[in-house]
Amino acid sequence: MLTLAEAATLEAIVDRLIPPDELGPGGREAGCALFIDRQLAGPFGRSESLYLLPPFLDGTPEQGLQSPLTPAVRMRAGLAALEAHCRAAFVGRAFAALPPAGQDRLLSEIEDGTRSLAGVNARAWFDLVLQMTMEGFFADPIHGGNRQMAGWRLIGFPGARYDYRDWVERHGAAYTLPPVGIGGRPGWHDAG
Amino acid sequence: MPADALPAADVVIIGFGWSGALIAEALSAAGLGVVVLERGPYRDTASDFPPGFAPDELRYAVRHDLVVPTAQNTITFRNRVGQTALPVRQWGSFLPASGAGGGGVHWNGQTWRFRPSDFVLRSHLANAHGHDVIPSDATIQDWGVSYAELEPFYDRFEYLAGISGRAGNLRGHRQEGGNPFEGPRQRDYPTPPMRMTLAPTRFAEAARALGYHPFPQPSANLSEPYTNSLGVVIGPCSYCGFCERFGCGNYSKASPQTVLMPALRRRPNVALRTGAEVLEIARTPDGRHARGVRYVDADGIERYQRAELVILAAYTFENVRLLLLSGIGQPYDPRDGSGVVGRNYAYQTTASVQLFFDETRFNPFIGAGALGMVVDDLNAEGRDHARLGFIGGAHLAAMQSGGRPIQSRPTRPGTPRWGGAWKHAVARDYLRNVRLGASGSSLSHRGAWLDLDPTYQDRHGRRLLRMTFDFHANDLRMIQHATDRLAEIGRAMGPAEMVVNQRHGPYSVVPYQSTHNVGGAVMGPDPTTSVVNPWLQSWDVANLFVVGASSFPQNPSYNPTGTVAALALHAANAILTRYLPAPGPLVPR
Ligand SMILES: Cc1cc2nc3c(=O)[nH]c(=O)nc-3n(C[C@H](O)[C@H](O)[C@H](O)COP(=O)(O)OP(=O)(O)OC[C@H]3O[C@@H](n4cnc5c(N)ncnc54)[C@H](O)[C@@H]3O)c2cc1C
Ligand code: SF4
Repeated sequence: MLTLAEAATLEAIVDRLIPPDELGPGGREAGCALFIDRQLAGPFGRSESLYLLPPFLDGTPEQGLQSPLTPAVRMRAGLAALEAHCRAAFVGRAFAALPPAGQDRLLSEIEDGTRSLAGVNARAWFDLVLQMTMEGFFADPIHGGNRQMAGWRLIGFPGARYDYRDWVERHGAAYTLPPVGIGGRPGWHDAG
Repeated sequence: MPADALPAADVVIIGFGWSGALIAEALSAAGLGVVVLERGPYRDTASDFPPGFAPDELRYAVRHDLVVPTAQNTITFRNRVGQTALPVRQWGSFLPASGAGGGGVHWNGQTWRFRPSDFVLRSHLANAHGHDVIPSDATIQDWGVSYAELEPFYDRFEYLAGISGRAGNLRGHRQEGGNPFEGPRQRDYPTPPMRMTLAPTRFAEAARALGYHPFPQPSANLSEPYTNSLGVVIGPCSYCGFCERFGCGNYSKASPQTVLMPALRRRPNVALRTGAEVLEIARTPDGRHARGVRYVDADGIERYQRAELVILAAYTFENVRLLLLSGIGQPYDPRDGSGVVGRNYAYQTTASVQLFFDETRFNPFIGAGALGMVVDDLNAEGRDHARLGFIGGAHLAAMQSGGRPIQSRPTRPGTPRWGGAWKHAVARDYLRNVRLGASGSSLSHRGAWLDLDPTYQDRHGRRLLRMTFDFHANDLRMIQHATDRLAEIGRAMGPAEMVVNQRHGPYSVVPYQSTHNVGGAVMGPDPTTSVVNPWLQSWDVANLFVVGASSFPQNPSYNPTGTVAALALHAANAILTRYLPAPGPLVPR
């Protein structure tokens, strides 16, 4: 759904939210941006199941989300606003072209509300990106992210094994079987 | 009669969750012709949540695949009078069900009986501590039914569902290892308790050392295979960790699908129509008798189903809304306390404690919705909560329901939400954390009720239900006390770090708390303070029974479904043994 330029910005963001390091792949390699793209193109991105009848009023935090804008619209507007900000503030450079420390600083400022972006609720947009990046890192790989089960391997989650009867009373034991997803394991397909 | 009216049925049931399915089973077994109308889709294990794709956290737990879309039906919410209620556009605090099986498909399966004193709460408190301990704006009341009257129906539900647990009180005799504070039961649970993982085991050890009486949570995730009285076989739980919010692929979680549907499917006198959303209960011109229901079918065509008896079993919100939209019963008016429909909405007051360990692996991915150890001492009758400045109570638990990583990967305090430091923290903490929970009671009070929203409508142009609710100060004091006790147990488990998540007001519809929404069409012996009599029969329309947690006058700390089921079976029994022989009010008005 996203354009190549939007995808490039998003790839850069997810790789700062989950950076590659000695523990394993980052958000880019794990496919978080592809995951987000697919989600935005589907029922979630279109708010298909949500009540979207007016009037839309600003409520209290306790009353929850009241925006008529779908996640797809909010994502795109935020990415565009971020790029516009970068090009103005960093002599025409795109977010993806900033050094990692600069990217982190900008994202932190948006997260804590000290940096606004023209025309969008920057903080709410950041929360959407962060939420979807984590979904992409930890959801079953059939949804396009969590490639090679990078998210699950990082923390030791065995995935969709669905049967731990033999492990219930092995208190404190290290679980030794590799993670498996709904679509199987990487090894199965490579071998096949 | 409209041209598209259908052949009349003996009984029409609105909603096919536990409430509707249990009544359908009982009435069809007696030979009555039953039509069930369910707004959501048909669902069954093999077609909708087989093991092949049941464990999809994103689809079921995050995107709420089994929950009613707010586009179809939602409520509006405000904390108090003076605010404008706004629609819940995205579910959070609770997750109302839709589809065959209702919430019975995707519940945890923590299966409780309420205590004898819960059913006589107001008189019990007044006798034990004097009227003054009850806050002046509390509208708590007695249920009009006793624990002893319900006991056979609790028993029947537990034996239909195969509940796994250990008795604490057999006919008045205390049993080692069960809940010593439960009411007397005629026999033990049909299956033994679940086997325990490390976290509940450590919790129980620490609690016992502090003088509490921990016991295994009675569970609808079955510890071993079980064949119920209908001849239906339920499988053993595999501790898969994809339980609450998910359907069970192993046929091991008690649900209408696993417990009742195989038997119902063979009965020619039961028809389940899915995609059928009821709009209104139609009555005779004098308003005293229900003639049937109007509904929209799966093709969007409006239909009329006539019936001799109408059972409203559409969960708390739609039970109350359909009464209000149909003009049955006097709506509650919070200004002077008159009226009954919508009165006494209550919830659950919850809090938690998070523990982090340096070395010990707790393997949180092993889990089941009702796997855990519980402490019920704080609810116990001997405790003088009035002296502590509140009434009500809570139970404390270490439940291990599955560490699904999109939603459950806590990190220690001070950890950023993203970046390299977060990554290191989550890699360290995921396997080595334990969550403890406190689930507390909820008072009904003058400031909490349900009515029709003045502004917002559903897609058919019918007014949405409006909730006005905030935690009563009594309940916040109660849960603070319980959470402090929970933290003492947590500390005794020896964590490296601990975070205490006290519950503060105002109530918010955003974070998940529980789908234990109760009241609004409450039961009782007095028609000026209840919508239905002790057999759940409408005071206004004798051939209408309103079934579900909407009948609870207030909420004890326990999960509701065991009591919802017992009340449904109690009502079905009254229909068969009292109502049908002499149709009319079971209690004179
Ligand atoms: C995640 C989760 C975990 C839970 N865990 C527990 C637990 O551990 N222990 C416990 O005791 N309880 C638990 N509960 C609560 C439990 O699910 C409910 O108490 C129980 O399912 C209520 O049964 P019911 O039949 O009264 O209502 P429901 O199951 O909600 O069924 C009502 C049915 O009516 C249908 N309906 C509504 N309106 C209409 C209409 N207008 N026309 C036609 N049909 C309609 C709905 O689609 C639904 O299928 C949990 C709930 C959730 C969501
Ligand atoms: S934990 Fe047990 S009961 Fe729950 S879904 Fe998994 S196998 Fe079924």
